[in-house]
Amino acid sequence: MYELDGLGKRFPDGTLALDEVSLTIAPGEHVAFIGPSGAGKTTLFRLLNLTLRPTRGTLRLDGVDVTTLSGRALRAARRRIGTIYQQHNLVGRLRVVHNVLAGNLGRWSALTALASLVRPRGLDVAARALGRVGIPDKLHARTDTLSGGQQQRVAIARVLVQDPDVILADEPVSSVDPTLAAAIVTLLRDLSAAAGKTLLMNLHSVELALANFPRIVGIRDGRVRFDLAPAQVEPARLEALYAGDQDQEREVAILARSRDRFGVACRPLAGFPR
Amino acid sequence: MAWPAVPSPASPGRPRLSRLLVLALGATFVLALREAEVDPRLLLQPEARANVARFVAGALPPRLDADFIAFLARPVAETIQISVMGMVLALAIGLPLGMLATSSLTWRGILHEQAGGPVRRLLALLPWGLARGTLSVFRSIPEYVWAFMFVRAVGLGPFPGVLALGVAYGGMLGKVYSEILEGVDPQPLEALHAGGAGRSGVVLYGLLPQALPHLVSYTLYRWECAIRASAIMGFVGAGGLGQQIELSMRMFQFDEVLTLLAVLLLLVATVELVSGYIRARVVG
Repeated sequence: MYELDGLGKRFPDGTLALDEVSLTIAPGEHVAFIGPSGAGKTTLFRLLNLTLRPTRGTLRLDGVDVTTLSGRALRAARRRIGTIYQQHNLVGRLRVVHNVLAGNLGRWSALTALASLVRPRGLDVAARALGRVGIPDKLHARTDTLSGGQQQRVAIARVLVQDPDVILADEPVSSVDPTLAAAIVTLLRDLSAAAGKTLLMNLHSVELALANFPRIVGIRDGRVRFDLAPAQVEPARLEALYAGDQDQEREVAILARSRDRFGVACRPLAGFPR
Repeated sequence: MAWPAVPSPASPGRPRLSRLLVLALGATFVLALREAEVDPRLLLQPEARANVARFVAGALPPRLDADFIAFLARPVAETIQISVMGMVLALAIGLPLGMLATSSLTWRGILHEQAGGPVRRLLALLPWGLARGTLSVFRSIPEYVWAFMFVRAVGLGPFPGVLALGVAYGGMLGKVYSEILEGVDPQPLEALHAGGAGRSGVVLYGLLPQALPHLVSYTLYRWECAIRASAIMGFVGAGGLGQQIELSMRMFQFDEVLTLLAVLLLLVATVELVSGYIRARVVG
């Protein structure tokens, strides 16, 4: 499905978001990506769904180099890739049915898209997709009246309508509570398995990754640290993967953000006596 | 915002700069006072008082006979029609140009990460710059001046008023629309784009739904202004209540002027009521 060869991304401001990633993902495979925040997982996914263009290496989709596509061909390739985001990225003011049918926008002409806003085109398709994600009664609700978990289900329904070959889920459950998180990960796993779709997921929760995916890729500092079956992912590897992360990194982020206003020197560093 | 612990190299120069600023402001005020010939005593001169008294005496009581009231129906309707047609024209100019002037839609930001080489990027700047330039010219010239020019071009009557409103307000709407559209949350747009949606799909399902309440609210506000403006433009012969006010003024029929002003006030209040109702329905 995907072949990544030395894939890297440096942003115009000089930040090296992804150093060098080489991977091969077979059609229908389920892969979880884990690693500390800032490791480059989200950048990797935005490269994989063709939102960003890599600054080095090649990315092949079914043998076709997609890093140089543009125009119609690029749109056609994007249509084959469905993405689910941490923040749902729905339009809250639209009714659920329109957010779900937006999955058709890769196929619809401008006129059809406009007409569907007045009179939804393919109500049955939208209703079926919502049924499969477990909220069949929300078809006509305004999207921003739904809970976070329900909105994530709407986002999944949109991808079902899009009917892509690959589903990318970027931290799909980081903003819902743990029970719901497990339910949504399982739902995505089962839906993808039933339709034979490739599923790649970024997960904050190692536990969910190990429990639901046959292949785990650890990413740190923009590079692949390991690429193993869950049984082989020992605690020592996880410790090395996450070393220095969590609280400490958060502290640094806060310091970096407040720098302009107070100057670093005015705040005690984490772990130092005041 | 000086923070005592962090000495800034610029701070010693600051006091002098602000003293200069205060001086400059003071000088501007004094000059303006002289150049604008501000002299409240003029209002109290015997001649001025006599004129005011003549106006007030002439205006009271306002002319309220049935003939005149019936005659007013036409200019009132005309004022409303000028404002509505002017807004339609302004929308027809402002919406497309405003979208072209939206940088996030034409050349900048996440939708254009894959836009190809530098030449294509530069080419995309062209319509954006043209749209911004056109809007800027349209709104820099006041509607009153536009009306004056259009009266010369197409003759007296409501039509030059419509044209003037459409052009001047089109410029304002376009500018504000582009700012509203650029302020929209880009993440839903990125999501649609990543799923293969084209420009029109992103606009219809991401951009416009998010921006709609702000667009509607601002457009209605402009419509309220348009009612007032269409009265003013009447003074240069562009129809409506304004033209009637001007005529009555020139004939020293101050009792008619008072009635006309009261009618204008009523009209503006009614329009504000109606637009408030629409706003509540759409924005809620």
